Amino acid sequence: MSNATGKSHPQLAAVFNQDEPRVDWHDETLWWIRQKRDVQAHKLPEWELLRETASQIKNNVLSNLSTYLEQFEANAINNGVIVHWAADAKEHNQIVHQLLQERGINRMVKSKSMLTEECHLNEYLKEQGIDVIDSDLGERIVQLANEPPSHIVLPCIHKKKEEIGDIFHEHLGSAKGESDPKILTETARQHLREVFLTRRAALTGVNFAIAETGEFVICTNEGNADMGAHLAEIHIASMGIEKIIPERKHLGVFLRLLTRSATGQPITTYSSHYKKPQEDTAIHIIIVDNGRSIQLGREDFRNSLKCIRCGACMNTCPVYRKSGGHSYHTAVAGPIGSILAPNLDMKKYADLPFASTLCGSCSNVCPVKIDIHDQLYKWRQVIVKEGYSPASKTIAMKAMAFTLSSPGLYRSGGKMGRLVFKYAPFAVNNGLNPWYKHREMPKAPEESFGEWYSKRKEGKQ
Amino acid sequence: MKVALFVPCYVDQFYPKAAIATLELLEKLGVEVHYPKNQTCCGQPMANSGYEHLTAGCNNLFVDNFSGYDYIVCPSGSCTLHIKEHLHSPEKEEQAVDIRKRVYELTEFLIDVLQVKELKSHFPYKVGLHQSCHGLRGLRISQMSELVAPAFSKPAQLLDMVQGLELVPLSRQDDCCGFGGTFCVVEEAVSSKMGKDRVEDHIEHGAQYITSADLSCLMHMEGILRRQKSDVKVIHVAEILNHSHE
Amino acid sequence: MSREKILAAVKKNQFTSTALPDLEILSALTATSDNLVQQYTGVASAGGCFVYEVNDLEAIKDILRKEFKPGVKIISGIQGLDEYTYAGNVMQESSHSFADAELTILASNLGVAENGALWLTENQMNIRILPFISQHLAVVIGKDAFVPTMAQAYAQIGNADYGYGAFISGPSKTADIEQSLVIGAHGPRSLSVFILIQPLLKYII
Repeated sequence: MSNATGKSHPQLAAVFNQDEPRVDWHDETLWWIRQKRDVQAHKLPEWELLRETASQIKNNVLSNLSTYLEQFEANAINNGVIVHWAADAKEHNQIVHQLLQERGINRMVKSKSMLTEECHLNEYLKEQGIDVIDSDLGERIVQLANEPPSHIVLPCIHKKKEEIGDIFHEHLGSAKGESDPKILTETARQHLREVFLTRRAALTGVNFAIAETGEFVICTNEGNADMGAHLAEIHIASMGIEKIIPERKHLGVFLRLLTRSATGQPITTYSSHYKKPQEDTAIHIIIVDNGRSIQLGREDFRNSLKCIRCGACMNTCPVYRKSGGHSYHTAVAGPIGSILAPNLDMKKYADLPFASTLCGSCSNVCPVKIDIHDQLYKWRQVIVKEGYSPASKTIAMKAMAFTLSSPGLYRSGGKMGRLVFKYAPFAVNNGLNPWYKHREMPKAPEESFGEWYSKRKEGKQ
Repeated sequence: MKVALFVPCYVDQFYPKAAIATLELLEKLGVEVHYPKNQTCCGQPMANSGYEHLTAGCNNLFVDNFSGYDYIVCPSGSCTLHIKEHLHSPEKEEQAVDIRKRVYELTEFLIDVLQVKELKSHFPYKVGLHQSCHGLRGLRISQMSELVAPAFSKPAQLLDMVQGLELVPLSRQDDCCGFGGTFCVVEEAVSSKMGKDRVEDHIEHGAQYITSADLSCLMHMEGILRRQKSDVKVIHVAEILNHSHE
Repeated sequence: MSREKILAAVKKNQFTSTALPDLEILSALTATSDNLVQQYTGVASAGGCFVYEVNDLEAIKDILRKEFKPGVKIISGIQGLDEYTYAGNVMQESSHSFADAELTILASNLGVAENGALWLTENQMNIRILPFISQHLAVVIGKDAFVPTMAQAYAQIGNADYGYGAFISGPSKTADIEQSLVIGAHGPRSLSVFILIQPLLKYII
């Protein structure tokens, strides 16, 4: 289900851009959400202070994470919750499988969890003969389409309603050609209600885990996490180690930021606080590392662990809007994905930190003030140093640096030739120059400013 | 006041008129401008591509050329930001730090240092102002739309002083144009599409000229405009501010 | 054991401790008692809720009689609304048995003006699934139960013990298909909120 094509972001983005009206539609849809976010943010004069406060709370979390994790675990156990630890994706998936096996369960309903996407849980469980149904409408749609989500908050934002109509016609029996979102949503409601009522196991993600109380919070608009969890005999909640917040009252900061940033709503319909299991049912929490502790040790990149998965950086990112989530070939797309992914596999994701103009809008919409664009810049340096950039680029850069380090060589380019720019982005090598595909080259003037200035000086003397 | 003019390499080579306008404008405003002649480049093209470690030569050259001035003024937000954030010199770090504090993009220099309140310029056209991201979010020469903070724009403030000029509103006041240094070729498809959409916004709102405090953005947009055989032209903000009655 | 491995790695890599920020400034900035019901009503209505200000429980019954046909399954967590099935009496039934509930009426003691969220704990829900599985949901709240923002809401919740609690701000909804807002995703298709002019306490205790 994941992009196994081996293609890089520029290649996948070029394919996406072959259908320009679709790019425009994708771009407009996401920009509209960015605007809704702006409206909500501007309603709160204290918005920037909220962001700063959230960022500081996360600083504290990241600097005391081991203590908070132990505190959370102790309190959760005290609440009657069973806690598991998974070092990596494989262990996480095995724990889930084992919990189901122990109960003889082979069908599970799942609400949105980007962590399980990161771990490729669905594929793993399918191989083990376990049927998983995603219950978030957007996730269900991409699941039926056999695609990964293209956005962490809006999983099927890349799909048109007609395409969804076709998928529902094929899999859920809706009328052929039906594309009314109301009718399609009702079709999904009927289908998933039957699923909720018949599944003995439900898996959910976790938005916030509170060290002080051992409870965890899940935010949804659809109510699918609660429908699944309250009707199942076992509720498995998967969380990354960074989901911890110290105290319950800190929710009063994060819940004000999360949905305003994500979708431009003041809050999700449901913010559910799970503390103790219902009678005769069990709650299992799986605390997952999967590379996060390594990222914590990377001083330049540890702030990426502050992320609360709102997706605002994607909605504002012009590159994301115009290249689509699948171009990032990783579970978490967009700017935040591009600083998280290289930590997991630097070679495979060496292209992602370059899939940005470093415009910086991501860092300024981020509700926890992650310095995303600075981290993109820093990842570029790391990737080049580790040898994951193309050799041809290194040669060109060395030549360019050599020329620009010498005023003599720089000037010897002379007029018209403009030799120095043989290696410049907008005048690369002639031949298959990507600049020229959609843009004219800049016209070379009669003389450079330097030349003009020397003449003027002579004239004055 | 002793001011050094920092003319980025591509401006020197391809857009000398913008540099000339910057020089003339500053001189009109009574500033003593020096042009250190051995300057080349700030090193940004390498650094943004992940080759910051190759910029030592550029950095040392920059320090040699620009030490000892009260201010260093540059008609490019992007290059100014690069110097502000990344100029280092192991042997002359003190001078590098000093330069980082003294380097200004042209419009911020005019507003913040010279405190320009009026200009004798004339430019009777409809103009769209493109906010370069590095000027906007890096140098904060304007307020970005995503922040909950009072709005301002130093380039717009200056353009408002120009007689006959009409600033056109845009649908997206500060979306990126997609130049992004090597991004423009590495991510050619997305870069071109971003540029095309940005240009379209200006055209839709009736702009005859697109201006900016950054020529790199303008170079990219000009490439698209010329490919489309559009009548709309790009012009550096210095050329407008320096434009007097014919 | 992965637990020890993870904790050791985290301990090794976490940086020098930084202090928690002061939340009082934010809380003080937003503390106001002006027109909270009005603000709540505006926000909740925009979020798809039907908000009624009512004098007493009789007024609620009158409204519900117009909205729901006789004979449909209505469950109430409020004792005073005695013509409906009292949730406290059916707590032993399986959660699945409420799949045919048409309406559930529950009480809340805490509403948030800035975002339309109503806080309900498991005690008020009686059964966790009720506010989700029912085709429609109604919440009864006193007019003095509103706070300006989430900051004050959590100050009020304090360290209360509960097995489960939820902020509910509207009917179940989704915009996953082309960002078209559709009310009635998996949970209730509507949320009616009855703001009681009389204090609620006398009805539910």
